[in-house]
Amino acid sequence: MATEEMEQLVRREYKEGFVTDIESETLPPGLDEDVIAFISNKKGEPEWMLEWRLKAYRAWLKMTPPSWAHLDFPPIDYQAISYFSAPKRPEDRPQSLDEVDPKLLETYEKLGIPLHERAALAGVAVDAVFDSVSVTTTFKEKLAEAGVIFCSISEAVQEYPELVKQYLGTVVPQTDNYFTALNSAVFTDGSFVFVPKGVTCPMELSTYFRINAENTGQFERTLIICEEGAQVSYLEGCTAPMRDENQLHAAVVELVALDDAYIKYSTVQNWYPGDEDGKGGIYNFVTKRGDCRGDRSRISWTQVETGSAITWKYPSCVLRGKDSIGEFYSVAVTGGRQQADTGTKMIHIGEGSRSSIISKGISSGRSNQSYRGLVKIGPRAKGARNFTECDSLLIGDQCGAHTFPYQEIGNSTATVEHEATTSKIGDDQLFYCQSRGISEEDAVSMIVNGFCKDVFQELPMEFAVEAEALLRVTLEGSVG
Amino acid sequence: MSEDTQRFLDRLAEARADRAGEPTWIAARRQAGAARFEAMGFPTRRDEAWKYTDVRAIARGDFALAADADFSPASAATLTLPIDAYRLTFVDGIFSASLSQLDGLPEGVSLQPLSVALAENHEAVGGPLGRLTGVEFSPFSALNTAFMEEGAVLRLAPGTVVEKPIILQFLSRNGEAPVMSHPRVLVQAGGRSEATLVEHHVGEEGAANFTNLVAEVILERNAMLTHYKLQEAPLADLHVASIHVEQARDSRYTSFNLNLGGALVRTDLISELNGENATSDFYGLFYGEGRQHVDSHTLANHNAPRTFSNENYKGILDDRSHGVFNGKVVVKPDSQKIEGFQSNANLLLSDRAEIDAKPELEIYADDVKCTHGCTTGQLDEEAIYALRARGIDRQTARGLLTLAFAGEVLEAVGLDAIAERVELAVAGKLPERFNLAGLVETAVALGDE
Repeated sequence: MATEEMEQLVRREYKEGFVTDIESETLPPGLDEDVIAFISNKKGEPEWMLEWRLKAYRAWLKMTPPSWAHLDFPPIDYQAISYFSAPKRPEDRPQSLDEVDPKLLETYEKLGIPLHERAALAGVAVDAVFDSVSVTTTFKEKLAEAGVIFCSISEAVQEYPELVKQYLGTVVPQTDNYFTALNSAVFTDGSFVFVPKGVTCPMELSTYFRINAENTGQFERTLIICEEGAQVSYLEGCTAPMRDENQLHAAVVELVALDDAYIKYSTVQNWYPGDEDGKGGIYNFVTKRGDCRGDRSRISWTQVETGSAITWKYPSCVLRGKDSIGEFYSVAVTGGRQQADTGTKMIHIGEGSRSSIISKGISSGRSNQSYRGLVKIGPRAKGARNFTECDSLLIGDQCGAHTFPYQEIGNSTATVEHEATTSKIGDDQLFYCQSRGISEEDAVSMIVNGFCKDVFQELPMEFAVEAEALLRVTLEGSVG
Repeated sequence: MSEDTQRFLDRLAEARADRAGEPTWIAARRQAGAARFEAMGFPTRRDEAWKYTDVRAIARGDFALAADADFSPASAATLTLPIDAYRLTFVDGIFSASLSQLDGLPEGVSLQPLSVALAENHEAVGGPLGRLTGVEFSPFSALNTAFMEEGAVLRLAPGTVVEKPIILQFLSRNGEAPVMSHPRVLVQAGGRSEATLVEHHVGEEGAANFTNLVAEVILERNAMLTHYKLQEAPLADLHVASIHVEQARDSRYTSFNLNLGGALVRTDLISELNGENATSDFYGLFYGEGRQHVDSHTLANHNAPRTFSNENYKGILDDRSHGVFNGKVVVKPDSQKIEGFQSNANLLLSDRAEIDAKPELEIYADDVKCTHGCTTGQLDEEAIYALRARGIDRQTARGLLTLAFAGEVLEAVGLDAIAERVELAVAGKLPERFNLAGLVETAVALGDE
């Protein structure tokens, strides 16, 4: 029976589970103003940045964690987390791959990301984030030629303070929610991308996250700015080693698109989901928001979420510009005791703004998954258009799938459509495939892949391959 | 405790004085309701269930309790639905025997005002009353329980089929000062019984009263009940209602929630599908104009395998009106072979009208077929153009298309008097006033061509 197979795959070993033994310079657990000052100092930040962090920290102290999500987890002890961990010799950064710690390269090898090969063959610049500090940035010169800035956020604070000052926190305010306030106070790394007017970024930009060193939370801060007519495609992918302790991850991603700009942001997330009983696993509380400030600007979010014990993530678009476009494509797969509460917000402010949402959820085992979305049409968004489709596939009788779509429509010229379905893999579909000589497992794989097709085809090539492989690997686990 | 809460509790204390000698269980339940209301206070927009509905218009009001049920028979006659039916009439919550009609009630049917049913045999009422809608449900259900005194009790013996509809008529008076009423309705439909229940809220122009109704409906095995709620209260009336339905095996509950009147309207409709093959059908239509606020919440709880729910709600909003739709389907663990369908379509006729829709699914079983669809839009310019190209003026074209939009729900309405009433209201309330008869003629003429 397919259900049993799926149960087996749910029980599969976490393939990316290993720990790289690199000495880290880690702060003892705890959070206070001194810790923030330490981080700021460590990063060589100017005074205004420290002030900015402290302001967020003081606001955070007065806030309470959100409880509205359809998630169940014990309260997080924020004083039990270490807020800084950096590989040794942060001042002495390697200038080329040859200088990179071979152990680190080995880690990438194990993950199947041969850095230099990938960079050379695929033409992808990799800003590899290994525990909070960018260790290596490649292809910087080539990007510089085109005028594109791609560096770690810490570097950007030092090198391009005016740009950072102008845009940081303008899409996701510090006090947007509990986790953004925390992130604003303690963020240690992340990427900064600036594509100037009229430039199409010559390559796809990519960051591989890797959470390492026990008990450290990662607080990424990513800021991408596309000036008038500029375009960029950004890939984010993550894997994490096997761990017993829950690891907190609270990232903030801000995208700014000016007139006619186009930002495509793709994510494959495969962090440790915890063991069968839900022990361990990453807690992922992420705030991602894109601001379509300019007319005819476009922001597209694509995500494939397979990991994490808890996912709390709503990549959103604020469609301010006239005729701006927001898109959200998502596949979320949960198994074991994973819990995902994810979706998107499309805020239509500009005239003629359009958005589409395609969300596919597959839940199995004892997992619970929710789609939570908001489509808001403001009174000035004349002729705004939204299409939403969220489908859930249930595998096994102990899992749950939920949808909580909010629609707030304040304009009679808007057209908003929402449809959702929840079902299981049809016995008739399986029978149809099997009667044509396709094994049950292949049939399940085919059906699941077909179910996700609409989203996969939105992924850039490299990620599409990876995502399909991820699903296939998932299904391979059920052999025997 | 806020002033608002205190004001309502003071009213309660005044009312309590003349309630000596009532059965202890009622006193205890009232007490629990009052305590719960005191603890909760009025909901605010920070409560998820009230996110889009601001009840300050109710909370800040000072409502007395009506003292009598005087109502001019002539004006009552114009308000009463022209349906041959058994009828209980309440004026501002107080039972009016003269405006009621219970002659020829068939055997096996018991239809009584709550006060009479309590006086006759309070123990028979005490069991089911409050079992479905507890004081925990909402501050309004708690308030209703604290004040409960009058309402209707309908009991159908097993196998009873009632041919004529049963109407509960609630009249709202334009009195010197606004009043409030907290009607309590209890329906117990025995096995294989069948009936049509009409809950009709209507009143004198200019009335600005607050009605807070709680209905509990129990359908036993194979019972069938069609429940029309026609809410055409005066435009300044405040109306809150929760209807809680419990369904045993093979039962069928069909609801028509038709909201046309009221300044602030909130309805909660909940069905508990507790037995296999039980079916809930929810049809709804809300029409808002001026600054009306209409909020419809529905919930289908699939507690047993092989249960079915269908929902079709249509909203038409004009001027600065505000509509809220929240439909939820919950499938409990192990409730397999469920089918739940939900559809909500909204039509915005004005730029300042607003709709907030939230169709939810919460599913804990895998062998289910659940879908929901939700759309919001405006009249199709191409369709208007197509009609205009055939010589129909713009206003009539808009009217025809609006009626057609409502048609899907109205077609299912089995009582012509109600369907006509809604059609007239929807057509007559359009900003471009035109007569329905003319419309129908046009439509017929079009069909003939």
